[in-house]
Amino acid sequence: MTKLIPHPLLSLTLLLVWLLLTRFSLGQLVLGSAVALVAGGAMSTLEPEKTRLRRPLLLPGYVLRILRDVLVSNYDVARQIVTNAPRRPGFVEIPMELQDRNALALLAIIFTAMPGTAWIEYDRARSVLTLHAFDLDGQQDWPGFIKQRYEKPLLEILG
Amino acid sequence: MSHLDAIPLWAAILIALLLVAGSSLVLIGSIGLVRLGSFYERIHAPTLGTSWGAGGVVLASMLTFSILGGRPVLHELIIALFITITMPVTLMLLGRAALYRDRAEKATDEPPKRV
Amino acid sequence: MSAQILVVALTFAQIALGLALGCAAYRCLRGPRAQDRVVGLDTLYVNAMLLLVTSGIRTGGSFFFEATLVIGMLGFVATVALAKFLMRGEVIE
Repeated sequence: MTKLIPHPLLSLTLLLVWLLLTRFSLGQLVLGSAVALVAGGAMSTLEPEKTRLRRPLLLPGYVLRILRDVLVSNYDVARQIVTNAPRRPGFVEIPMELQDRNALALLAIIFTAMPGTAWIEYDRARSVLTLHAFDLDGQQDWPGFIKQRYEKPLLEILG
Repeated sequence: MSHLDAIPLWAAILIALLLVAGSSLVLIGSIGLVRLGSFYERIHAPTLGTSWGAGGVVLASMLTFSILGGRPVLHELIIALFITITMPVTLMLLGRAALYRDRAEKATDEPPKRV
Repeated sequence: MSAQILVVALTFAQIALGLALGCAAYRCLRGPRAQDRVVGLDTLYVNAMLLLVTSGIRTGGSFFFEATLVIGMLGFVATVALAKFLMRGEVIE
């Protein structure tokens, strides 16, 4: 199983994208599966770092929460740009427990996609993350907020 | 009008709302790009357009073509997925590039700490 | 009735996206520094993509989808290469 399909999630996603781009039919299903399997095999020769999801069932809730937070953050930043209200932009340093590279990449995408925060740098030697906040006064305790709301659920999912 | 008349009223209102909300977010984000003072603030502005701004427009398009085609047309999802995944990557790279250049030039306005 | 609502909304969306395109172009042309220009370019191509999507809704054609994807791919690669260039001074090391 693991020999034949080394990256099941990647292959499944590729197959889904293939079916979305073409009209669904049996022929496309077969062709898409072939492409997905070959691409998965090609990926395994690159030997990426594997991440094992211990509790994948928690993932949908996490994704929904992020979509909601991005929406709220969108509204906040839009209001601040339109009203030009006084605010205090600045950098925040956060000590991280998360070590997994793939999870950190995911966090980078989440924080950059959120309009209120931008991922600037991650120092692997000290495992300290530097964020830029659009409004520092938006949160009382930035490191605590980030760790509690985004890092801890990821640590739980990875187990 | 041609094809747009085939859309029922409730769907038309929904599509219109999504379009207006999405494009307004994109516009506000781009205005922010012009208006905000420093580079690190400006890096926040485009994400308005690329998260739910693009989401609104793409959802409107999906809804339109699904109703017109009489079957779920989901390929616009790929555009949304593409924008929401690639934009953070480019902005993150740009943020790091700016940090690197600021440190190299020892810029005074935004001194990021270096240990 | 529904066509009228949609035409009004589409016109609004296209004007808004056009203005957004102008704002991004302003940042791209004005700078002041190179990274500001690249952020401007980045926003510019995403806005152009969304403008094409709204044009697709208006005409009901499916050609816009492919054009949007091509713009997206080229824009992404261009911005990543430019960001890399800003960091190192070379694209290929």
